[in-house]
Amino acid sequence: MARSPARPAQAAAPAPTASANTANVSRDDLLKYYRDMLLIRRFEEKAGQLYGMGLIGGFCHLYIGQEAVVVGLEAAAKEGDKRITSYRDHGHMLACGMEARGVMAELTGREGGYSRGKGGSMHMFSKEKHFYGGHGIVGAQVPLGAGLAFSDKYKGNDNVTFTYFGDGASNQGQVYETYNMAELWDLPVIFVIENNQYAMGTSMKRSTKSTTLYGRGEAFGIPGEQVDGMDVLAVKAAGDKAVAHCRAGKGPYILEMMTYRYRGHSMSDPAKYRTREEVQKMRDERDAIEHVRQLLLQGKHATEDDLKAIDKEIKDIVNDSADFARESPEPAESELWTDIYADADPAPQTA
Amino acid sequence: MATEILMPALSPTMEEGTLAKWLVKEGDTVKSGDILAEIETDKATMEFEAVDEGTVGKLLVAEGTQGVKVNTPIAMLLAEGEDASAASAASSASAEPPARTGTGENSKDEKGEDAGAAPAAARSAVEAVSTPEPDESPDWPRGTAVKQMTVREALREAIAEEMERDETVFLMGEEVGEYQGAYKISQGLLERFGPRRIVDTPISEMGFAGIGVGAAFGGLRPIVEFMTFNFAMQAIDHIINSAAKTLYMSGGQMGAPMVFRGPNGAAARVGAQHSQDYAAWYAAIPGLKVVQPYTAADAKGLLKTAIRDPNPVIFLENEILYGRTFDVPDLPDFTIPFGKARVARKGRDVTLISFGIGMAHALEAAEKLAGDGIDAEVIDLRTLRPIDYPAILRSVQKTNRVVTVEEGFPVASIGNHLSAWIMENAFDYLDAPVINCTGKDVPMPYAANLERLALVTADEVVEAVRKVTYR
Ligand SMILES: Cc1ncc(C[n+]2csc(CCOP(=O)(O)OP(=O)(O)O)c2C)c(N)n1
Ligand SMILES: [Mg+2]
Repeated sequence: MARSPARPAQAAAPAPTASANTANVSRDDLLKYYRDMLLIRRFEEKAGQLYGMGLIGGFCHLYIGQEAVVVGLEAAAKEGDKRITSYRDHGHMLACGMEARGVMAELTGREGGYSRGKGGSMHMFSKEKHFYGGHGIVGAQVPLGAGLAFSDKYKGNDNVTFTYFGDGASNQGQVYETYNMAELWDLPVIFVIENNQYAMGTSMKRSTKSTTLYGRGEAFGIPGEQVDGMDVLAVKAAGDKAVAHCRAGKGPYILEMMTYRYRGHSMSDPAKYRTREEVQKMRDERDAIEHVRQLLLQGKHATEDDLKAIDKEIKDIVNDSADFARESPEPAESELWTDIYADADPAPQTA
Repeated sequence: MATEILMPALSPTMEEGTLAKWLVKEGDTVKSGDILAEIETDKATMEFEAVDEGTVGKLLVAEGTQGVKVNTPIAMLLAEGEDASAASAASSASAEPPARTGTGENSKDEKGEDAGAAPAAARSAVEAVSTPEPDESPDWPRGTAVKQMTVREALREAIAEEMERDETVFLMGEEVGEYQGAYKISQGLLERFGPRRIVDTPISEMGFAGIGVGAAFGGLRPIVEFMTFNFAMQAIDHIINSAAKTLYMSGGQMGAPMVFRGPNGAAARVGAQHSQDYAAWYAAIPGLKVVQPYTAADAKGLLKTAIRDPNPVIFLENEILYGRTFDVPDLPDFTIPFGKARVARKGRDVTLISFGIGMAHALEAAEKLAGDGIDAEVIDLRTLRPIDYPAILRSVQKTNRVVTVEEGFPVASIGNHLSAWIMENAFDYLDAPVINCTGKDVPMPYAANLERLALVTADEVVEAVRKVTYR
């Protein structure tokens, strides 16, 4: 079983430098990671702003701090692979290529949103991008993700499904029922535990005596490892390994991504369960975007001006999405009654 | 005394079979476990064993006989010293099957003794109409001082008071302790009662609900908080199969005296998976009691009653109501009994029946209607199991028109049940069909405009009242 040394994100790691393992990374890849992570960060900041202005309602869970996880794993995916996650889903959607406009307009509950305003922050989907949501019930996406993998195995293709869930979700019983069946049936599913160390206000220490979460797969025979989820290159490397395992028909794989969320659990968060210093330390020392920025600059892959140009490009995309999300009309009232049932059975597929 | 050996049943549905073969003959001594015969049906063959020891006195049914009815005597077994004549005497004496020794309720139901009295009520254990006279006594003595309190504070006081009163009461759920409660109901309780009694759980609803039920079996009085009732769906098996049914299944030996509580129904803009009203679901389950308060006084008095109740109680709160302020009597130990509705507004022309946040719409509608000269009576059911049928009956007899108001889905709603009950029990008093105002028959949309349309509104209630009053 694959095991790499635990590298929890909170471990006092030195500030990232260009000496990190960049041997196999091209300039283009690095620039893409930088751009994709920055897009998520700026998008989320804008969403927070619109929430404050009352344009977004209900629950809104920001992904700020965790960007390297989805960006690194998307880099390991190919067309046809699927992904599914919890309510903390904006980053996943942007990373898999969904349009910022459609995501933002869903947050504002408008016609131009991915669910035509009917799903909201927690419930968005894109069949085209193989993004299966956006799920509000903690842990529920885990068997769903294994089911997506089941469908691929059934059809006999080599797609894999990235099934994301949190450290808190790891304590739901259905996760373990799923582990058992996924291994039993060799399902091509990568269980990505985004261990940001808190489930709302409950730190992992207060919810389990397990020291690792990936290690729980061992009981079912599922290999796994802990990964520095603040390092997009480490995430990508681990993703490649997990994907190879799944595509080879060897069954599921668990990646425990050690990461951190900078913002509150949702927009209302008492923020009493951790110190400001703890958050600041992560931001200062382990920020995933800053890490890549330094790699780019110190490796002379980009100049400050190049990066400024990217910043500007991202800012434009995000502002455009916000404008779109404000101007898009509310859904027509008749939409209340649509999409409750599908119209007719599709023709059966020939066996 | 001689014992009859009866034709056995091979399955619960078998009525008759073939006595294929005798493996003993008259005069053989047998002991328990010896095979006496082979029995056959069209589906199976079974070897039939002796359970007593003795001598085979007489074979009453010949080998090869078909169509032998289950429970027909097929042989006589003689005890030591008996002869075959004892056998025939015993056989005729016990021709009648033994009388059933069922207890009251079952046998009554079967014979339909209660059928004439109150047909709908007789079907439901907790909803039995014990008296045709509603209990209209005030909830607290006139002249009692009242204090202003939010629903949130009232719930917190109820929990704290009951925890002071009874050491076996404890609170368990996600974020109830250190975080001070996801909706701050349990604020300060960890500091006051300590971690032994304010128990933070992982996100494991199925597990901790089951642990709560087990603790209740073990003699504690758990209050299990669900962060919202949407998440109780993860745990509904334990609520229904373990908590609600055990008293019955154990023949009354043990049950689950506990409370499952948390916010229920739509909050604001949280979408389909976080916005469902489960009142009708839980109200359908015999063995549960179901409470859904509107005011802070009711929240306090009913939660205290719920914690003391020896049954599993579903206590449905509402996030939007948590911050609303009401008068609460300043009494050292204020409780409200289950099954007693509250007439929130007296009126002559129409009865509005509601509960929980539906009351806000019902009362608003009543105000609007008053402006148009329609005098609505508004009844707050407060508990959905049991339901205060006498109060409903009394009001229908006066107004002859009913509109029900609730937030839940329209199909199989509480309103549907009330309509049926009123039709069965007060048909002659009705001057118009009962109308149910409910949430729309769609998952809750996120968009602000659609969410408004999906929810029941005071204007819809006003419209329904115009229909039943033909105005
Ligand atoms: C079944 C269920 N229980 C409780 C909740 C409320 N809730 C929403 S998010 C959350 C914390 C989840 O933490 P984690 O799995 O670590 O994910 P993170 O928010 O850190 O991404 C809780 C308790 C829920 N949505 N569903
Ligand atoms: Mg977490």
